[in-house]
Amino acid sequence: MPTEVLMPALSPTMEEGTLAKWMVKEGDTVSSGDILAEIETDKATMEFEAVDEGTIGKILIEEGTEGVKVNTPIAVLLEEGESADDIGEVSAAPSADSSDDSDEEEAPAPAKAPAAASAPAEVKSNASPDWPEGTEMKEQTVREALRDAMAEEMRADELVYVMGEEVAEYEGAYKVTQGLLDEFGSNRVVDTPITEHGFAGLAVGAAFGGLKPIVEFMTFNFAMQAMDQIINSAAKTLYMSGGQMGAPMVFRGPNGAAARVAAQHSQDYASWYAHIPGLKVVMPYSASDAKGLLKQAIRDPNPVIFLENEILYGRSFEVPVLDDFTIPFGKARIWREGSDVTIVSFGIGMQYALQAADKLAEDGISAEVIDLRTLRPIDYDTVIASVMKTNRCVTVEEGFPVGSIGNHLSATIMERAFDYLDAPVLNCTGKDVPMPYAANLEKLALVTTDEVIAAVKKVTYR
Amino acid sequence: MATRKSAAKPNVSADELKKYYHDMLLIRRFEEKAGQLYGMGLIGGFCHLYIGQEAVVVGLEAAAKEGDKRVTSYRDHGHMLACGMDPNGVMAELTGREGGYSKGKGGSMHMFSKEKDFYGGHGIVGAQVPIGTGLAFADKYLGNDRVSFAYFGDGAANQGQVYESFNMAAVWKLPVIFVIENNQYAMGTAQKRSTSSAEIYKRGEPFGIPGQLVDGMDVLAVKEAGEKAVAHCRSGEGPYILEIKTYRYRGHSMSDPAKYRTREEVQNMREKHDPIEHIRQMLIDGKHATEDDLKSIDKTIKDIVNNSADFAKESPEPALEELWSDIYADEIPQHDA
Repeated sequence: MPTEVLMPALSPTMEEGTLAKWMVKEGDTVSSGDILAEIETDKATMEFEAVDEGTIGKILIEEGTEGVKVNTPIAVLLEEGESADDIGEVSAAPSADSSDDSDEEEAPAPAKAPAAASAPAEVKSNASPDWPEGTEMKEQTVREALRDAMAEEMRADELVYVMGEEVAEYEGAYKVTQGLLDEFGSNRVVDTPITEHGFAGLAVGAAFGGLKPIVEFMTFNFAMQAMDQIINSAAKTLYMSGGQMGAPMVFRGPNGAAARVAAQHSQDYASWYAHIPGLKVVMPYSASDAKGLLKQAIRDPNPVIFLENEILYGRSFEVPVLDDFTIPFGKARIWREGSDVTIVSFGIGMQYALQAADKLAEDGISAEVIDLRTLRPIDYDTVIASVMKTNRCVTVEEGFPVGSIGNHLSATIMERAFDYLDAPVLNCTGKDVPMPYAANLEKLALVTTDEVIAAVKKVTYR
Repeated sequence: MATRKSAAKPNVSADELKKYYHDMLLIRRFEEKAGQLYGMGLIGGFCHLYIGQEAVVVGLEAAAKEGDKRVTSYRDHGHMLACGMDPNGVMAELTGREGGYSKGKGGSMHMFSKEKDFYGGHGIVGAQVPIGTGLAFADKYLGNDRVSFAYFGDGAANQGQVYESFNMAAVWKLPVIFVIENNQYAMGTAQKRSTSSAEIYKRGEPFGIPGQLVDGMDVLAVKEAGEKAVAHCRSGEGPYILEIKTYRYRGHSMSDPAKYRTREEVQNMREKHDPIEHIRQMLIDGKHATEDDLKSIDKTIKDIVNNSADFAKESPEPALEELWSDIYADEIPQHDA
């Protein structure tokens, strides 16, 4: 049967075009690859090649015709043994694919849209303790807790390995990987060249290939070099492969401001990573959370961003003495119960939140302090339940103000607990400036305990 | 292009030749059909055809063994067919349908098959190179003798992460073959306009990585070079670079107006260096196959390709629930706000 040659789509957006010039005439023999015509799209003039071989039986659209819709028959091609008399067999109607047509009519309704604001979801705060009551506790720094978490998981699973700059012989630029080389050897504790983009991508490949990498960035500031591999390769592959393969791995290292290291070494990336579907994002404050959450992160079958803090590394906290304990993602911790205001924070922001709560108590203001611990998933319910009780909320974080985690929480609280609010939600953040070097300016750029206190007084109308 | 030396090779059986002919022709016909479906609006977005470059993947797959891995860029349809992925699944992914390898969620540039050790299909130029190096890292860590093929183009060869990968692969002696498919144009930029040294295969020298230039229009030359590279990697000697000179007949993507090269240049490659015609002549001249034998292969392939197009049109679009699946491996709901 004769084949219709259809007006082709020659770009992702083309709907119609001009048939500028025919390069063949009726009766010509063409083979695959021969230029049939020149077609003008909105962007360029393109040559249109034959796909099938045969003889041009009839030209249906004359050259110079403008506005020829994609899929309109423009010529008829005859196969060997056919003649122009056979052309009648070709249907006159444009043979656009029928399934394509029906698609356009269909108004695709999202199958499972995020719960709409109209029907507030039930609030289910999970305040269960992280370990059994009466568990023996010991003092440990965040640094030691992180090391123990890695060592325990490496003992349990031979597929877990650590790689990064100075993680092995130097024992970590911040001594977080101390002792790991001795115990696990250079096959599993791998010093890399200074090549963040490269080793992040290599680790993604290793994860595709069956390993469970822990990638240490000396600081997350340097992970910007690796951002494409973290987002485009690690976070999106599970989805793009229809669930066939993903990247079970952890990217960890210090994040946010240290002290006097200025703009390029002092950024908090919490909201950057929390923006990305496919990643999980953890930002612990205490040593017990650092340990329990890092063990959970290593076991998680997804890429996890684990944001530590240089200033917190040396700080000591109580850590449970247990052979094995993990803390689930998406479960906030209520550090301090209160009734007048909810202060929500995470990571080093918690120190300002807790200090503020202490001082506010002296003024007779009872603050409930919530540590989110994970920023993807976020334990919204614990925050909402608290706001329903206190009717006021202040968020605290070190990152820049625009598009901050606090902004996102404010929107969520507005959607789910609008009628419970007695004051606008206030966001305490770092200032909207690159981090300055001078000691006095640096202090000014960071969020402070006094600012948290002032925000609380504002929302409590004191 | 180097002269054809392989025509006289005695140690390739008629069956092998026929297989290469079949596999290359399958890619070509598949891609022609994909181009046609794109023209009909059934395939959307970007679609990069492999026509002209078929000998590269078919030759290297002939040098690989079960368990070896491969990863490439967005011009990936040929790689998938050559490693044995189902044409129906590939074509249905191109049309964005449920029966596609990624359930319609990846498209032309993002397809994977764990079963066939095909690790994508990556849309960002050069990003697949560290990933391929990491696949080799995993195999070395696990202590097996598998080899990874990291394919990239002459354009990607100017990305920094390629050299970061060369360095790590050499330092750690990783079993990875860096395959540079040099089709001579990075999108519309000719190699001589973008690349300071034309001999990309020599770029491993500072890292101590051996490199070799290969005629990519000759499947037997590619296979022979591939075997050498594979042997090097499998024996624990570390990485190897193959720069395979090839040519893409079609545009960079479907919307390429092709103003950066002449029609005569393309026509010359097609008529005088076509890799499929080359094997076809060998089969006929060597009396390994008759015209009828080849016609029967052509017919088989036409059926496979037509079936894949039918499948890709008939397979339904993904269920709307698919929007929300495969974001996390454990499917914890992320946004209950």
